Amino acid sequence: MTAHAQLALLVSRVRYEERQLLAALQRHGVKYEQVDTRTLHGGLQDRRWPVVLNREIGSVRARYAAWTLEAEGSRVLNSADTIDLCSDKWRTSLALRTAGVSTPPTMMAMTPEATLSALDALGYPAVIKPVSGSWGRLVTKLENRTEAVTVTEYVGALTGPQAHLGYVQSFIASNNRNIRVIVINGEAVGASYQLSEGWRTNIAWGGECVRCELTTELAKLAVSAAEAVGAELAGVDIVEDPDGRHWVLEVNAGVEFSGFNTAHPELNVADYIVDYVKAVLVDAC
Amino acid sequence: MTTACPECAADVAFADQPHLSEVVECGDCHSELEVTTLDPLNLVLAPDVEEDWGE
Repeated sequence: MTAHAQLALLVSRVRYEERQLLAALQRHGVKYEQVDTRTLHGGLQDRRWPVVLNREIGSVRARYAAWTLEAEGSRVLNSADTIDLCSDKWRTSLALRTAGVSTPPTMMAMTPEATLSALDALGYPAVIKPVSGSWGRLVTKLENRTEAVTVTEYVGALTGPQAHLGYVQSFIASNNRNIRVIVINGEAVGASYQLSEGWRTNIAWGGECVRCELTTELAKLAVSAAEAVGAELAGVDIVEDPDGRHWVLEVNAGVEFSGFNTAHPELNVADYIVDYVKAVLVDAC
Repeated sequence: MTTACPECAADVAFADQPHLSEVVECGDCHSELEVTTLDPLNLVLAPDVEEDWGE
C-alpha cells in the first residue's frame, strides 16, 4: 500500500495561482502530494488523502474528481456540491436569491423561443449567458428585441439540450467595472476592481485590476454570497449600478487571483488559502 | 534551467524551479508547453483550452 501525504493538491495545469499555492505550501512547511487530475481514478478504495485542495482548471473534471474523492472520505476544498452549484449559473442565482443576497433580476427559459419571451419580460438591455460557462465566453449583451431575435436564433442552432436553455439577466450598467472580493472561510480578504474597455470585465478578456476599498457592506455581501453556495474559497463578482447599489453576479469556486494580487501585492491570497488548509488538516487528520 | 522546445527546438529557459504540469510559452515560436517531467526536464505541447476551463 502506498503511503500518501495528508494533503493532495489536485491540478492538471499549473498557472500563476497554483505556482503561488505551491510556494505557499512550501513556505508554511505543509507536506503535500501534487496529483494530476488527468491520472485520477477511484471511488472504491479507502481514503487516500484526508484533505484535497481542488485546483483542477476544468469544471467537469473538478466536480467529478471531488465527488470521487469525497466518496472515498476525503475533505475536498471546495466541496463537490459547491463546485457543482457554482458551475451552474441558474442554480447559483437561485441559491443567492433564496439566501436573500442581492443579485440582478434573472430568468430561465427552456427553449430559445421561451428565451425571447423571458427577455421581453425582463426588458432591454439584457444579458444572455450559457448556463455553464467560464471566462465570460458567449456572454452576450442584447440592446433590443431585434438583437434578441437574432441571438436566440443562433442559440437554437447550437447542439445539445443544455445549450438551448436561456439564462437571461437584466443588464446592470456598471461603467465597465466589476468588483472581485476574495472570501476565505467566511472572511473577506480584500476587493479589487476589474476594469475593461468593453462591458465584459473578465480578466481572461484582458481586463485590468486595481485596488478597491473593501467596505463593510461589500464584505458582508460577498461573505453572504459565498455562504449561499457553501464556498469556503471563493471569488465573488459584484457590480455596482449608477445608484451605488451592489449586485452579486456569480461566485467562483475555482477562484483565480492573479489580477487581484496585481491590485493587492500586500495581500497574498495563496497564504490565506494555505492558512485555511492547515486548519482543515488539523480537523481532518 | 533550460530545455528544448518540442515544436521549434529553441531553448526554453526557466528562471525559477519548474513545476510538474506548469505551462510556459516558448519565446521563439510562442507555443504553449507543459512540463511533463522534471528530471530530466521535458516539455510537450500543452493541451488546447477546453470549453469548461476557468472560473
